[in-house]
Amino acid sequence: MSRVFAPRSPRAAIVGVAESDLGYTPHRTVLQLQAQAARAALEDAGFSFDEVDALFCAGNWSWSPTLTLAEYLGLRPRYSDSTNIGGSSFEAHIEHAVAAIEAGLIEVALIVYGSTQRSDRSRGRVSPTYRLTEQFEGPFGLPTPVGAYALAAMRHMHQFGTTSEQLAEVAVATRKWAMLNEKAMMRDPITIEDVLTSRWIAEPLHLLDCCLVTDGGGAVVLASAQRARQARKPPVWVLGHGEAHTHATIANMPDLAVHQAAIASGQTAFAMAGLRPEEIDVVEIYDSFTITVIMTLEALGFCPLGEGGAFVSGQRTAPGGPFPMNTNGGGLSYCHPGMYGIFLLIEATRQLRGECGPRQVSGARLALAHGTGGVLSSAATVLLGKD
Amino acid sequence: MSEEANYALPQSDPESAPYWEGIQQGELRIQRCAACQRHVFYPRTLCPYCHSDQLAWVSASGRGTIYSYTVVHRAFGPFAAEAPFIIAIVELEEGVRLMTRLIDAPRERVRIGAAVQVSFEQVSGRPPLPFFRLAE
Ligand SMILES: [Zn+2]
Repeated sequence: MSRVFAPRSPRAAIVGVAESDLGYTPHRTVLQLQAQAARAALEDAGFSFDEVDALFCAGNWSWSPTLTLAEYLGLRPRYSDSTNIGGSSFEAHIEHAVAAIEAGLIEVALIVYGSTQRSDRSRGRVSPTYRLTEQFEGPFGLPTPVGAYALAAMRHMHQFGTTSEQLAEVAVATRKWAMLNEKAMMRDPITIEDVLTSRWIAEPLHLLDCCLVTDGGGAVVLASAQRARQARKPPVWVLGHGEAHTHATIANMPDLAVHQAAIASGQTAFAMAGLRPEEIDVVEIYDSFTITVIMTLEALGFCPLGEGGAFVSGQRTAPGGPFPMNTNGGGLSYCHPGMYGIFLLIEATRQLRGECGPRQVSGARLALAHGTGGVLSSAATVLLGKD
Repeated sequence: MSEEANYALPQSDPESAPYWEGIQQGELRIQRCAACQRHVFYPRTLCPYCHSDQLAWVSASGRGTIYSYTVVHRAFGPFAAEAPFIIAIVELEEGVRLMTRLIDAPRERVRIGAAVQVSFEQVSGRPPLPFFRLAE
């Protein structure tokens, strides 16, 4: 049974969401993608650029993304936040924007992301030196982030008996959702056998355990409760939020088999919302790798620690299954432009609005969007609901 | 290999210099906190456990066990030509964990919990690094 209202009335709501062009966009700069997403999200909200008083973005394409993007968009924000904790940054931006709204500092926040990482790959890279804390890991040649997640997966298998088949369940179910999303990059069906026979990237992770590398951008408009009532579409309320980070380098992760940042962020978000995991109708969980999903499900309390593999088995998270998850096809099959967190918020919002067509989870009233950043370093959880 | 020039090198700094000097001399140096007695790696100014500044360099035994590992099949840049290779996180007897590469380790003998010993290795003309070998 879903509960609709949080114990205290929500102070802020998502009122606009949009993607930019996705996939391979060599004809667009990272600023163009963000302008495209920002305009579309504001149109979705029925708001104008003039109504935006706070800008949030994260990226490594500028030493100060908010300065550069605000100037490019012709914005003069009176609140600016370029917090970068990896792919979970945008869920953290929601938390920070809600706090600023509650403090009375802002009314309308624009959260934007863009990346041309796929197009950039062909341009080549200059070898950096390994500075500061990187000097103790970089010289050994671990490919990051995938190698770090592989180290976590190996430890999870050792500690809990998780299997490659269980990891593959996540990839197969997520692909089934992508087949229902015309914007998804990868829409051909795959089997567990396909995942297990795809080439190794870093054991125990195969190619099909890994997210895509794409270009793309997205934007989310968050408004105070009062302003949200003036939006074009019904508000999607922020019922709870939480964030945490535990480490930056994988050797310093406290326990490689436990996503402790997600335990912390999830507990905060659920307590704030007065909700329990079993009450959530649709979940969007950062799927940089299949192991990320299993560890996050455990950390958020959808199942006990160590039982994530069993939880996803039997295609329980696929369309028509009892636990609808990553309904846009996820980072594994829809798109993954470097930092995926904004797309979790976009899909959760669309599901609650009932805008998802063939992939719509019927009757969805409560949604969870959970970002994981770095090398299982950071986590941010957002709980959303509709009236 | 003509790729050699492309290897990024670790950049020693005022805090890490004793560590890298130790590596050159075949010694694995870590820090120990005089206030809480715990060992610390990588080098810091404040103990991450008790925040004392009483950190002193000590010579580690170089013995430890594999905490986790991965066989890397696809690596980036100059490391690509070295794949497959095994990266491990080793837990030293002193209690600290560090990233390393396993050398001369047959895949079938590599397992979590296996005993390992530090071995300073020069690969592809790079300066020595603290790799580890299976101790059994
Ligand atoms: Zn101490």
